[in-house]
Amino acid sequence: MATEILMPALSPTMEEGTLAKWLKNEGDTVAAGDIIAEIETDKATMEFEAVDEGILGKILVPAGTAGVKVNTPIAVLVEEGESADDVKPASPKADAPAPAAPVSAVEEAPHPVKAADTTPDWPEGTEMKSMTVREALREAMAEEMRGDASVYLMGEEVGEYQGAYKISQGLLDEFGAKRVIDTPITEHGFAGIAVGSAFGGLRPIVEFMTFNFAMQAIDQIINSAAKTLYMSGGQMGCPIVFRGPNGAAARVAAQHSQDYAAWYAQIPGLKVVMPYSAADAKGLLKSAIRDPNPVIFLENEILYGRSFDVPVLDDFTIPFGKAKIWREGTDVTLVSFGIGMAHTLEAADKLAEQGISAEVIDLRTLRPIDYDTVLTSVMKTNRCVTVEEGWPVGSIGNHLSAVIMERAFDYLDAPVINCTGKDVPMPYAANLEKLALITSDEVVDAVKKVTYR
Amino acid sequence: MAARKGSEASNASKANISKDDLLTYYRDMLLIRRFEEKAGQLYGMGLIGGFCHLYIGQEAVVVGLEAAAEDGDKRITSYRDHGHMLACGMDPKGVMAELTGREGGLSKGKGGSMHMFSKEKHFYGGHGIVGAQVPLGAGLAFADKYNENGRVTFTYFGDGAANQGQVYETFNMAALWKLPVIFVIENNQYAMGTAQKRSTSTPDLYTRGEAFGIPGEIVDGMDVLAVKAAGEKAVAHCRAGDGPYILEVKTYRYRGHSMSDPAKYRTREEVQKMREERDAIEHVRELLLAGKHATEDELKAIDKEIKAVVNESAEFAKESPEPALSELWTDIYADDAAQA
Repeated sequence: MATEILMPALSPTMEEGTLAKWLKNEGDTVAAGDIIAEIETDKATMEFEAVDEGILGKILVPAGTAGVKVNTPIAVLVEEGESADDVKPASPKADAPAPAAPVSAVEEAPHPVKAADTTPDWPEGTEMKSMTVREALREAMAEEMRGDASVYLMGEEVGEYQGAYKISQGLLDEFGAKRVIDTPITEHGFAGIAVGSAFGGLRPIVEFMTFNFAMQAIDQIINSAAKTLYMSGGQMGCPIVFRGPNGAAARVAAQHSQDYAAWYAQIPGLKVVMPYSAADAKGLLKSAIRDPNPVIFLENEILYGRSFDVPVLDDFTIPFGKAKIWREGTDVTLVSFGIGMAHTLEAADKLAEQGISAEVIDLRTLRPIDYDTVLTSVMKTNRCVTVEEGWPVGSIGNHLSAVIMERAFDYLDAPVINCTGKDVPMPYAANLEKLALITSDEVVDAVKKVTYR
Repeated sequence: MAARKGSEASNASKANISKDDLLTYYRDMLLIRRFEEKAGQLYGMGLIGGFCHLYIGQEAVVVGLEAAAEDGDKRITSYRDHGHMLACGMDPKGVMAELTGREGGLSKGKGGSMHMFSKEKHFYGGHGIVGAQVPLGAGLAFADKYNENGRVTFTYFGDGAANQGQVYETFNMAALWKLPVIFVIENNQYAMGTAQKRSTSTPDLYTRGEAFGIPGEIVDGMDVLAVKAAGEKAVAHCRAGDGPYILEVKTYRYRGHSMSDPAKYRTREEVQKMREERDAIEHVRELLLAGKHATEDELKAIDKEIKAVVNESAEFAKESPEPALSELWTDIYADDAAQA
């Protein structure tokens, strides 16, 4: 049966092209794979191959014609003894789906503010013991490794050296070299191997000596770990934890002092955790290891040695997406996470001395974020200051400000202020470093602005 | 450890190759070629969008190596992945419908040409970042070694990816930890438009593992039997616990890098010469006819059968509806947690 040959699309963006030249004439025999024409696209001159065999019965668009729309019939292919007039329209448009009615990409708007989840993290009266963040992280890993043989730890110096920051101390002795694996210094490579092993059914914990070095591996974290579940239509999940110290330590200058909270929090497919206390470090890391998704777990070197009360419970976890109210207050809402909490709690104490009652919220997880707790608080206090160590542009505070403006605008009595690290690479000099970092005094000043005092 | 040029294995294996095996290779390679031609056609009609990298010319590589694989072995590759999926038994309908971005596609239309997966067939993608699949493949092998299950992973990448740093980070760890991974370098001689000699300081990619103690050999990728023989050797090496193995498989892609590549960096004559003198499918066809394993009519019947399978996949890919709009918001998290 005679068939139409249509103007082909030969690039992702081509809508029309020029039929530069016919390489076959009417009456010529054509085999599949023969070049029959040259077509100029928006990018290049392409050779156009026949996909069926037959005889070029009739040329419908002469050589040199510009602006030929994709899918316009340009020739008719016939079989022996047929006429080009017996043509059966190829009309691919009939096969194409009808364009869907335009829909909003917004999931559902506006989100009503739900009652904040105020259930306690552990039952009242639970026995507590004092523990450093370092010990809490180690306990979390050890407990989860005891419970699930597919969990393993991989990273630089995690085994024989006992951890660059001693988080993995003792784990090699307990679990052996099969499950506590010292890697070469090769972040891109071992992050990729760990992601592949998660595709293969294991549950890796990858320790980056610091998150600064994870920039070498960020393609594997984002393109491979975070996106594969979506790209596979839900088939191929990646249960993995990337953990390590994040943010400024002390006097290690620009390349070793960066807060990645806002970077990772931007990525759909990742979960992002940034604990402050030892109890949260333990409960959240245990949740992270059990989570079927890739989790970025941002620790802080300065917090490693700080002690907090941790509940003595056999199996203690903290769910993601549930903020913690550290201190209730009525005059202003302070929102922070990670080491920012240290400055924020200090600021709240100073504010109390001045008669200002601050409510202090620790987000604990940055993806998902517990918006309800923040919004409920802002609706009560009508003022908000966010506190974080990272840079100001595109910060978590910026995002929260937008959400508060969108969902609680009428409740605000003052603009939201974002307290952040300064917009500079981290300097080495002690005085300049101090200046670059966020301080509790800056938080106090911001609160005075939003409370007009 | 020896990096060497080897083809004697191929000649030895030709003697005892069975008719059924030859017919299987013929059929599998032909399916890939006809499928890819159809994909090119659907692209021209605007039914397939974006990037579309065809495997035409390279069919013997994946078909030969699949012949060396056992059930449960894994494979992972780059964005030029349609052939790998068909060769490991993934449904042509599902592959084609993914190319057209439809609900019936293997990734429900959300992955496209470069991103498809099948847990059932142990196919781990389909990766769009050049070289990223190399550590991922070693990671799959890491999991197999951890689980002590005797499986091997075929990790495919091209001569272009062979210059990525993460490949060598992976070689080091794969050798250090003796991972059961076969690094298959599909050397089609052009990294997009850059000929190998313009991008690569030393031409022999099979020697790239020498610094890490990984044996490698060069294989004629236009000869499915040579590929299979080399694959069997590499598989035996891995299964014996001797660590990774490199196969540099010399092949050639007849089409451009992607559908929008006019391929002006090589001559028409060069392509024509490969097609006429070295075509992998023609080679098996000649073996079948010369060995009186099949008649012209029987091969014609196979051609017809394959054409029907491919046409059926194209029809399915056109008729399958576009994904429901609600699909935009699914499969972001395994537990379908609330969006951040």
